[in-house]
Amino acid sequence: MWGWLLRRLGQIIPTLLILSVLIFALQQLMPGDPAIIMAGEERGDPQVLAEIRAELMLDRPIWEQYGAWLWRLLHGDLGFSWRIRQPVGELILEKLPVTLQLGLMAFVIAVVIGVPAGIVSAAYRDRPADWAANGIALAGISTPNFWLGIMMILLFSVNLGWLPPSGYVPITEDWRQSLATTIMPAFVLGGGIAGVFMRHTRAAMIGALGQDYVRTARAKGLPEKVVITRHALRNALIPVVTLATIELGRLLAGAVLTEQIFSIPGFGKLIVDAVFNRDYPVVQGVVVVTALIFVTLSLIGDLLYMAINPRLRAA
Amino acid sequence: MNARFLAPLAVVAALAAGAAQAQNLPNLRIGLREDPDIMDPTLARSFVGRIVFASLCDKLFDINDKLEIVPQLATTHRWEDPKTLVITLREGVTFHDGERMDAEAVRYSLTRHLTMQGSFRRGEITDLEAVEVVDPLTVRLRLKQPSAPFLSQLTDRAGMIVSPKAAEAAGRDFGAKPVCAGPFRFVERVAQDRIVLERFANYWNAANIHFNRVTFQPITDSTARLANLQSGALELIEVTSPSDVPGIRRDRRLSLTTVDGLGYWGIIYNVGNGARAQGPLGQDSRIRQAFDLAIDREALIQVVYEGLHTPSSQPIPPASPMHVRDLRVTAPNLDRAKALLREAGIRTPVAVDMMVANSPELRQAAEVMQSMVAEAGFELRIVATEFASALQAAVRGDFQTYLSGWSGRPDPDGNVWTFIHSRGAQNDGKYSNPEVDRLLDQSRAESDPARRTALYAEAFRIALSQDRARSYLWHPKTIVAHTTRLQGFALVPDGLIRLQGVRLR
Repeated sequence: MWGWLLRRLGQIIPTLLILSVLIFALQQLMPGDPAIIMAGEERGDPQVLAEIRAELMLDRPIWEQYGAWLWRLLHGDLGFSWRIRQPVGELILEKLPVTLQLGLMAFVIAVVIGVPAGIVSAAYRDRPADWAANGIALAGISTPNFWLGIMMILLFSVNLGWLPPSGYVPITEDWRQSLATTIMPAFVLGGGIAGVFMRHTRAAMIGALGQDYVRTARAKGLPEKVVITRHALRNALIPVVTLATIELGRLLAGAVLTEQIFSIPGFGKLIVDAVFNRDYPVVQGVVVVTALIFVTLSLIGDLLYMAINPRLRAA
Repeated sequence: MNARFLAPLAVVAALAAGAAQAQNLPNLRIGLREDPDIMDPTLARSFVGRIVFASLCDKLFDINDKLEIVPQLATTHRWEDPKTLVITLREGVTFHDGERMDAEAVRYSLTRHLTMQGSFRRGEITDLEAVEVVDPLTVRLRLKQPSAPFLSQLTDRAGMIVSPKAAEAAGRDFGAKPVCAGPFRFVERVAQDRIVLERFANYWNAANIHFNRVTFQPITDSTARLANLQSGALELIEVTSPSDVPGIRRDRRLSLTTVDGLGYWGIIYNVGNGARAQGPLGQDSRIRQAFDLAIDREALIQVVYEGLHTPSSQPIPPASPMHVRDLRVTAPNLDRAKALLREAGIRTPVAVDMMVANSPELRQAAEVMQSMVAEAGFELRIVATEFASALQAAVRGDFQTYLSGWSGRPDPDGNVWTFIHSRGAQNDGKYSNPEVDRLLDQSRAESDPARRTALYAEAFRIALSQDRARSYLWHPKTIVAHTTRLQGFALVPDGLIRLQGVRLR
C-alpha cells in the first residue's frame, strides 16, 4: 500500500507540469492582448504598448516566459497581479479559505440531503417517498444556480430581511455572521449536487439490495434497518465516494457562478475577473492551485475507497 | 493652574471630542459595478477607481455641476502667459500621514505622473515641461505649448497630489496603501470584496464630511447590487441597467439621482485601419451616411434604455458649454438613405459587420439597429465579442463597424482629439483628414470657449457630416440609486460620487 501511495504522489508532479505548460499554451490562443487592456486610453500608442510588454515580459518568447514563471514558482513566488499589483500567492491565500468554506458547506448540504434521500428512495422504491425524492432531485439538478440565487436573495434578504444578500465575513471574525453570509450560496451550490448524490445513492442502493448477501442477511432474520445500514449501504457507498470526490472538484467550478451572484470574494470570482482582465499571473496561479486541489482530492478519494473496501488494501 | 498646563489639556479635550464625534457619525456603504484597479493615481485606469479616488485623494482643482473649474487643493490660478500657469495652494493642508501638502509635494506628484514607468497620466499632461517651486504655497507650471485642456486635466487623477514621503517609501506598491490629502484615509482593501476608508480628522474641509467610514463594495451583477440596496445592506449604488429604474422609482424607500453624463456611445467606422477598411462601407461616405440616416436614435433609446439617455450626433455632451448647438441630432430618413445607396451604385442588401461588447444591453441595442438599418437596405451582422478581445480587434482594425463608448472628460478635447485626430491614440478607425487635425490642434491652443466651439463645429462638419468618420448615437446618463435617508447628495456630470455635504439620517 505504501508503494502505491508513493507512486500516486509521484504522479502529481508531472501532472502539474503538463498542466502548467498547457495553461501557457492556451493563454497564447486566448484573444485579447493584455498590453492593450493595461494601456487603456493609451492603447493606440505603440510606445506605451512596448513599455508594458517589456515590463510584463510579453515581448519575450513564450518558452522564456514559461521558464521565468516556473523558476519563480519553484521559489514559492507566483508573481503579482498585473491589475492590482498584489502578490498572487497572497491573493490565493486570501481567497482560497473563502471558497473552501463555501465548498465544504455546500458539500455537507449536498451529502446530508442527497445520501439519506437516496437511501429512502431505494428502500421505498416506486412508492410516494421515492417519487417525492426523485422530483426534488430533478428540481435540484435542473434549476440554474443563477436564477435560484437571485430568487433566494429576493426572498430571504429583500422581502424577509433574514439574511445578508451578499458579502462574506471570515469564520474567524464572527462565526454567526460568517454562516449567515454563506448559507444561501452554499445551499444554491449544494442543492444541485444533492440531486446528483440522491440519484447515484439510489441506483447503488437498489443494486446492493438485490445482491445475494442482502437476501442472506434478510433470511437470517436481521432487522431491515440493519440490513440497509450495515450491509447494503456500505457497499453502495463505494461509487458514491468516487462521485463525491469528482463533485467536490465540480463544486469549485460551480463556485465561479455562485460567487458572482452573491459577491463572495473567493476563488471563482478571482479567476473570472482575472480572465476578463487578462491578468495572466493570477490565472496561472489559480489554475495550478486548483489542479493541486483536484489531484489531492482524487488521492483522498482513493484512500477512502480503501478504508471502505478492505479488499482493495491487499491489491 | 496656568495656561501652560491648560493648553495641552484643551488640545487633548478637543481631539477627544473630535474622536467621539467621529464615532457617532454613521458609516456609508456604496455598491460599485466592478472592482477598481490599482489605487495609485498615476497608474490607475478604471472609472470605478475614480469614484473611490473622489473620497480618497483631493485634486488641485475640481469641477462643479456647470463643468466650471473650481479650487480644491489649490485656491487660485492665473496664466502668466499662454504657456505659464501659476497655482496658489491651500494653506494648512496635510496628507493622511501627517506630512504637509505644499508646493514641493505638487512638484513631486506631477513629476511622478510624468516620469513613472507605466504612468497613465503622462498622456494627459504631456504638454507639461517643468514644475517650479516658487514658495511653499506657490508652483509655476511651464508648458511646451499653449494648451486649453491642460487645466481641466488637473481636475482628475493628474491633479491628485500624493504624499511624497509615502510614495517614495512604497515605490510601485503605493497603490496598495495610498496616502493622499482627501476627506477619507485608506484603511484596507480586500480584492473583489471591499475598499474601506475612514474619516480623516485633519482634512481641510472636515466640517463637511459626515461619515465615519465609507466602504466600497464591488457587486458585478446589477440585480444583486439593487437587492443589496433594497435590503439595506448598502446605502448607495451605481445603477448600470436602466431596466432597474422603474422598480427603483416605485420603491418609496429609495431615491434616484441622475445627471447627463460627459460620455457617449457611437459607431466607429473602419475607414483606414487595414484590409477591412477597404470595402464599400469604409471607402464611400455616402454608404456610411445612409447607415446613419437609417438609425432612429430616439426609438433606440426608448426600447433599450427606457428613454433615459440623450440622443446625439456629436461627441460633446449638451452639459458642456462647448456643445455644438447647430449640429442637430440626425433625424431618421429612410428615403434619403435608400437614395444614397442607389447613388453609390451598390447592390442591396449591403452586408455590414458590427462588433459589440458582449453585454445584454449593447447586444439589444445592436439588434434594434439591425432591424432599423435592414429597412434601408443593410444586412447587419452582430459580432458580439468579449470586451478584451473587442479592444484588440479595434486596435488591429479587425472590424467594419464597432459600437463603442467613452466615459467622457470635462474638457471637450478629451472627447474629441484622441478619437478623430489622425495621431489620436484611440482613433481605431484610423480616420485621417489634415484639415480636421489642424482644427483640433488649433482648438487645443485656443483659450476662448466661443472660438473653440466654432473650431469644433467646423471640425465636426468635415469629420462627421462630410466624411462620416463616426456616428454618435447617445449620451448616457449617470444613474445612482440610494436610500431616502441619504440627504444632500448631488451628481456632477463626471458621474463621480462626492461625499462633501452628504448626510445619512
